[in-house]
Amino acid sequence: MATVTYDHVTKRFESIVAVNDFNLMIPDKEFLVLVGPSGCGKSTALRLLAGLEEITEGNVYIGDRLVNQIPAKDRDIAMVFQSYALYPHMSVHDNMAFGLTLRKTPKEEIGRRVHEAAQILGIEDLLKRKPRQLSGGQRQRVALGRAIVRDPAVFLLDEPLSNLDAKLRVQTRAEISKLHQRLGTTFIYVTHDQVEAMTMATRIAVMKDGLLQQVGSPQDLYDQPHNTFVAGFIGSPAMNFFQATVKGQREEMHLDTGGFRVPVPASRVNDLLPYLGKEVIFGIRPENVHDQEYQPPNIEAAPVTAMVDVTELMGNEIFLHLVEGGKPFLARVDPRTRARPGQEVRVAFDMARMHAFDSETEKAIGPSEER
Amino acid sequence: MARQNPSTPNGSTVAAAPLTLALRTGRRLAGRVPLHLALIGLMLLWSIPTIALLVSSFREATAIASSGWWNAIKEPLDLTVDNYQRVLEKQGMARAFFNSVIITVPSTVLVILVAAWAAYAFAWMKFPARNLLFLLMVALLVVPVQMTLIPVLRLYTDVTVDAELPILGGRIFGTSSFVGMWVAHTAYGLPFAIYLLRNFFGSLPRDLFESAYLDGASDLGVFFRIVLPLSMPAISALAIFQFLWVWNDLLVALILLGDPNLAPMTLKISNLVSSFGTNYQVLTAAAFVSMTLPLIIFFALQRYFVQGILSGAVKG
Repeated sequence: MATVTYDHVTKRFESIVAVNDFNLMIPDKEFLVLVGPSGCGKSTALRLLAGLEEITEGNVYIGDRLVNQIPAKDRDIAMVFQSYALYPHMSVHDNMAFGLTLRKTPKEEIGRRVHEAAQILGIEDLLKRKPRQLSGGQRQRVALGRAIVRDPAVFLLDEPLSNLDAKLRVQTRAEISKLHQRLGTTFIYVTHDQVEAMTMATRIAVMKDGLLQQVGSPQDLYDQPHNTFVAGFIGSPAMNFFQATVKGQREEMHLDTGGFRVPVPASRVNDLLPYLGKEVIFGIRPENVHDQEYQPPNIEAAPVTAMVDVTELMGNEIFLHLVEGGKPFLARVDPRTRARPGQEVRVAFDMARMHAFDSETEKAIGPSEER
Repeated sequence: MARQNPSTPNGSTVAAAPLTLALRTGRRLAGRVPLHLALIGLMLLWSIPTIALLVSSFREATAIASSGWWNAIKEPLDLTVDNYQRVLEKQGMARAFFNSVIITVPSTVLVILVAAWAAYAFAWMKFPARNLLFLLMVALLVVPVQMTLIPVLRLYTDVTVDAELPILGGRIFGTSSFVGMWVAHTAYGLPFAIYLLRNFFGSLPRDLFESAYLDGASDLGVFFRIVLPLSMPAISALAIFQFLWVWNDLLVALILLGDPNLAPMTLKISNLVSSFGTNYQVLTAAAFVSMTLPLIIFFALQRYFVQGILSGAVKG
């Protein structure tokens, strides 16, 4: 049980800055997901905490203890690797017991803890096998089991699901969440998959180019992204962006993309007033673009006519790839839609759910603004 | 019981399946026959000298001189073990065999011990000029042994410790000493050994090491519990190479061992050639004695060559 604190942590590999002035406080028992595109420094941030990389600047604390100089094995953490890193010459039992054996835990205690962990993960009948005799999913469980038996203060998981097939990944995702609830320990989880982040996290920390972009609950990040990167990264399919000019006073205020014009809702007029006559980035998620025929009630609908490029049926909905004024965008609409490729369709933007970003800083304007 | 209605699609597929399977298996086997024949032929061709040596070593001197070794198949009862008796008892080959073992086993073990430590450091520990040192090590591979013989001999003469080594015999160190031979063979073997093991250790997945460090293992712990068990294929390959080199070495023994009592088998056999001239029967027996141990070692360790011990370490 422990909090984890990154205090202005920087990591440089020669001239490359992998992690830049990283500041984050992770409370006890939290499930924090570090997410970002590959090469954003998320794994490095995790490895700095694990003690596998040396910190260039700044401090890392586990609980109240400064761990910069403490070797990895004494940090009271356990890590699950993407490759699982099982010891191939040892049985599953010995793999799980390895850490305890090195720490000279009494034999009965080791046996008890290994069996307990195996029971939690449902791998009791595999204990005598070697890793090469296991399937990918089973290896993944053994890797988790090896971490569990150590009973660490903090669990670190570095893309543990990347090597599983899609179905197993969904299943294991739920199991890891359950495990977190059951163990009541701090989990720090690294992934490039925003779906994993959204489904598992108590809080998500989004990184890009070594910089922390935004930290918050999955819902916060989804509803109020601080910048275009977070807005585009969280949510699938990604948010649509348009370059638009703010025009018109007060009730007349609207956004002109060149191709179409949409009115700014009254609630957002004050935010956009300083940008009158200037360019902004207008963002709207595909799920807030509806087929006008099937648009839900109580939305601030702004009609737009667009050309249908491609339709993708998902079963419960249809993705429409639309083009308006040479600009492609995506809509998630009711499956009953009559839109067909090559034809025009009338869609409605739900302007209450609009996002606006400064076109120079790419930072959010209005309620999502960084505080 | 035959099916009532073989024309149903269901019935026909069920009946046809074993037939096509049998056909396919047959075709696959037939495809392999030429390959296997070629392999067996090559194997026989390569084994002929050894078989000839083995058969001749059991024939009498007159038989060897008058007819080819294959005639032994016609008269199997004429075979004799006299040659072996003579070689082992009268020519001192038993002592030479013992000397060969004394020289070879420590020279092999020492090389593996030293090279494994060095290779681990070169592969996984961070220290200044690591790559430069490794490069120098590899560069030593191109230095011919012959070039070193005279300097080493002069050095050994200078540092000879002229007291007798208990039990094994010979001097404690320097020329005509087993320890001197161990040191020389270890030094000659190290560059290749370190090169081979470093490359193997370097190919072990980094995650395994990091996982072991997090589990609480020290460098020593990782070395003994992870690296050594996983490197058995490389280490046994190295053991076989080094063992054969030292076992078959004539040159180093000829230069550094003056005392005939310490001579290994290679030296003894080369002396047999000069003193017996055409007495093939003794030579063949002696040669075969010198082959036995390498053969045993090879067959004992060969399974490590083929065993893919790494499978299952990481997803793949």
